[in-house]
Amino acid sequence: MASEHTAKAFDSDLQELTRLVAEMGGLAERMITDSVDALVRRDVALGQRVVAADVEIDNLQRTIEERAVLTIARRQPMAIDLREIVGAMRVATDLERIGDLAKNMGKRVAALESDFHPLKLIRGLEHMTDLVQSQVKSVLDAYAAHDLPAAMNVWKSDEEVDAICTSLFRELLTYMMEDPRNISFCIHLMFCAKNIERIGDHATNIAETVFYMIEGQQILDKRPKGDMTTFATTVPGN
Amino acid sequence: MNDLSVSMSTAGAAAHAALPEAPAKVTARNLNFYYGEHHALKSINLTLGTNRVTAFIGPSGCGKSTLLRIFNRMYDLYPGQRAVGQLMLDQTNILDPKLDLNLLRARVGMVFQKPTPFPMTIYENIAFGIRLYEKISKSEMDGRVEKALRGGALWNEVKDKLNASGLSLSGGQQQRLCIARTVAVRPEVILFDEPCSALDPISTAKVEELIQELSEDYTIAIVTHNMQQAARVSDKTAFMYLGELIEFDDTSKIFTSPTDRRTQDYITGRFG
Repeated sequence: MASEHTAKAFDSDLQELTRLVAEMGGLAERMITDSVDALVRRDVALGQRVVAADVEIDNLQRTIEERAVLTIARRQPMAIDLREIVGAMRVATDLERIGDLAKNMGKRVAALESDFHPLKLIRGLEHMTDLVQSQVKSVLDAYAAHDLPAAMNVWKSDEEVDAICTSLFRELLTYMMEDPRNISFCIHLMFCAKNIERIGDHATNIAETVFYMIEGQQILDKRPKGDMTTFATTVPGN
Repeated sequence: MNDLSVSMSTAGAAAHAALPEAPAKVTARNLNFYYGEHHALKSINLTLGTNRVTAFIGPSGCGKSTLLRIFNRMYDLYPGQRAVGQLMLDQTNILDPKLDLNLLRARVGMVFQKPTPFPMTIYENIAFGIRLYEKISKSEMDGRVEKALRGGALWNEVKDKLNASGLSLSGGQQQRLCIARTVAVRPEVILFDEPCSALDPISTAKVEELIQELSEDYTIAIVTHNMQQAARVSDKTAFMYLGELIEFDDTSKIFTSPTDRRTQDYITGRFG
């Protein structure tokens, strides 16, 4: 990070923004963990707590946006400072969306109370969550530390999550075809898998923001993608 | 997957390349300047593009006003000051000792920090400069004065009081009168030395808008301490520090992602 500003208050404005983003990030991480725990253990109360936590994350996003706009108006930031502030706003937007996706999973817990609970699928979902969770954590650390290589690692390694999502998708289709009574549960689980996959996408968005903050340019390269759910079918032999 | 040596293509190059290079109007090559023994400008190389606005920024004493004063040989008024190197206005060598300075200053006009209207009528403020270079009829002069005042975005405010003293105008109007006076002799280049530092925000906005309009017909160089102003009005920005030209690039690049650390420190307020 560059040396201090002549106007010290500017430094504390920027530090406060970074701190708020970190707080929001911590909250988002916890919401992801809790929502999937609630799904796995079918803990409706925990699911409800995730739903409630979303209000907090929304408030934080509003605060960050207001502070950022105020800082722009007050300091007319340039170059790295400007990018830092724009970066904070962009990361806050991604974190807010992550919160929404976790909240959506929290809501679905109540609907999952069926006897059908195939462990293999749940494990797949858990594994996917672990991967995404570590992506989110790494990218938030990279954001805080202005660590470009770490951010680029996250940006490039979203493929595995996509691959698991695709295979879960196929399996769920199979279960649904086997017995229509599974459909309700499987559809909910499918949405959850998709939510987690999208949380991974937000982590890569944040990585792109880190790139922009440090390099002052946008990434143009295409990110490697492995999500094939759009094409997944259960035609025999496919 | 972890190969981070992969070079990333970025949108930056495209975004910053928006401005095509303009043909050179003023070209400095290895330009040095001395106040007596003091080496105030060190080997400056830069080009002012035709019909482009070039802003000069940098801390006090960095040499930006000195550089501006070389463009029309203002320094010639003071003994002991000398410029060494090459400075061309199209095909004319600005530093040529035999150069007719009055003609040079007609081609390269200057607007100063404080409005400096002559103590005469608004009309005469404009006509005075024209008469130095041209002999024209009264009706032709009326036309030239009106055109210049329109060029200075002042006509509507003064057309009914052309015989009032130039000093009766407000500060912002006086500055626009000075711009009109400069425009009246049909220069090719206009130099602005902190033209808005004594003006209120509304007058500043009017002068800034005027600078943008003037850039359609003139090549403009502006020295300013107001970074936002440089970002708003200029196409190219030059950052100077301790007599050196540190960075010279498209304004959009300088103010979003400058290359040199010193430029970044200066524009983000981390200097000193």
